[in-house]
Amino acid sequence: MARSVEREKRSKHLTEEWVGRVYTLICVGLLVLTIFSMVYFVASKGLSTFFKDGVNPIDLFTGVKWAPEGEPPLFGALPFIVGSFSTSILAALIAAPLGFCAAVFIVELMPKFGRKVLQPVIELLAGIPSVVYGFVGLSVIVPFFRDIFPGQGLGLAAGGVVLSIMILPTITTIATDALAALPAGLKEGSYALGSTRWQTIYRIVLPTTLPALLTGIVLGIARAFGEALAVQMVIGNAPHIPTSLFESASTLTSAITLSMGNTIMGTAHNNALWTLALILLTMTFVFVFIVRWLERRSKV
Amino acid sequence: MKARTVDKIATGIIMAVAGFIILLLAGFLAYIIVRGFGHISYDFLTSPPQTFREGGGIGPQLFNSLFLLVLTMMITIPLGLGAGIYMSEYAKPGRLTDFIRLTVEVLSSFPSIVVGLFGLLVFVNVFGFGFSLFSGALALTVFNLPLMVRITEQGLRSVPREQKEASLALGISKWKTITSVMLPMAVPVILTGTILASGRVFGEAAALLFTAGMSSPRLDFGNWNPLDPTSPLNPFRPAETLAVHIWKINSEGIAPDARDIAAGASAVLVMTVLAFNLIARWLGRLVYRKFTSSR
Repeated sequence: MARSVEREKRSKHLTEEWVGRVYTLICVGLLVLTIFSMVYFVASKGLSTFFKDGVNPIDLFTGVKWAPEGEPPLFGALPFIVGSFSTSILAALIAAPLGFCAAVFIVELMPKFGRKVLQPVIELLAGIPSVVYGFVGLSVIVPFFRDIFPGQGLGLAAGGVVLSIMILPTITTIATDALAALPAGLKEGSYALGSTRWQTIYRIVLPTTLPALLTGIVLGIARAFGEALAVQMVIGNAPHIPTSLFESASTLTSAITLSMGNTIMGTAHNNALWTLALILLTMTFVFVFIVRWLERRSKV
Repeated sequence: MKARTVDKIATGIIMAVAGFIILLLAGFLAYIIVRGFGHISYDFLTSPPQTFREGGGIGPQLFNSLFLLVLTMMITIPLGLGAGIYMSEYAKPGRLTDFIRLTVEVLSSFPSIVVGLFGLLVFVNVFGFGFSLFSGALALTVFNLPLMVRITEQGLRSVPREQKEASLALGISKWKTITSVMLPMAVPVILTGTILASGRVFGEAAALLFTAGMSSPRLDFGNWNPLDPTSPLNPFRPAETLAVHIWKINSEGIAPDARDIAAGASAVLVMTVLAFNLIARWLGRLVYRKFTSSR
């Protein structure tokens, strides 16, 4: 009698354990399945431009004219690729020094005020929806540029500035963590040798935290590269390579956002948009691997 | 130049830059709220939008955003908790686990527009859900799942090891240990993270353009039958959320007061996100105190 109760308890435990294991395994399985199907679907759609519609990949990557409905249709995606890279790199060029200064301010100069006020506000900025950035860009930055520079104000510069505010939290948070995690002995040693604070920051702190700082910058560029709506609202959406920063341009994301809804699935134009998405996807992988490489470096 | 002078100059520059950032951020938040606040009224928050005339509101959009958030969280939380528990408790260190970790990392850095396109292809077309709240919720789940997994892992890792070992030593099964000993202790971390993730879902637009759609059918707020196409509760109707609405009226709005509506809607969106942030911090602290009986 006692034995059967024991066995029943045991089997109940085993079922419980089994249920938990299977449930969590299903969840993880779904997660992995999702990413594989995502890569598969985007790749199969994106590659059909080359295989089904017979577009030469070299033409696509080097062509400067995008006229998918033209006669003959032209699929030169270089303007979008250039637009995406230049806006995100411009954003990083603006945000990286700002983020580094903010991190130094928070960790080294005024820790109390920085941690209590600046850091929470910057983190808050990370949660603000991208359409709001786009709206502010459109109603403040674009008119500002229109007044002082030639052109309509829409363009790479407006896109870069909006993106730089968007990626500032990413860069600052990672830089702050890196500076705070630096062993105190390093800094104290430098001070003991009589160096000033700036010498310590410039000669000791910056070189040792460089891989981590670069990680933040790459993550920021990755975010800027994939951002769609905020950029689309302020960049002007002209599908050509601009000659100045204040001339209307396009990015990969803005081209997809604008045209995807107006094209029919399976047409050459639609497939070409999927190819742009495939380029975005590939760049995501590239960014993830750069980040992993940098993280390995920073551990050594 | 003397090292001390350089130090002073550099400190001055850093202070100036920090001051500039603070001004910039304060100005940014103040602009959104001040610019939009005057336009917010009860009428604005409840009435439907107008295409050509002035005085359109954001009532249906606001409802859609909230409803979509609930739907998304109903799918994301069980899946994310499960996957997070697996990653932190069941996964054995090795190649497979490293690979899954890489997968989660890649998934979390996919551009949201690509997630939206995937949703368009798979949920809208292949599964045939059409442009609907449900497709939108699934797309947002894909977009949010990696974050949820990371939050769960963080939460479970914050549980002291002794607590877990004591439970296991009592002969309690691993699953029971996780669900009734570890999860309750991890709740503060998980709750805070989840609310912050909700803020992200609430403001997301790019992933929704091609999944939940850019139009909202005429809704009858007296009809609460979830199967009726005009009912607000029907998950298989197309729905434009607040964030999508802001994008749409900024790029193709033709109502004379489109800018004011965009400003008002942006202010509502930002204040909601702020509220999510404050609630997350406050609730996290409160629950932590309750569960650990510390002060």
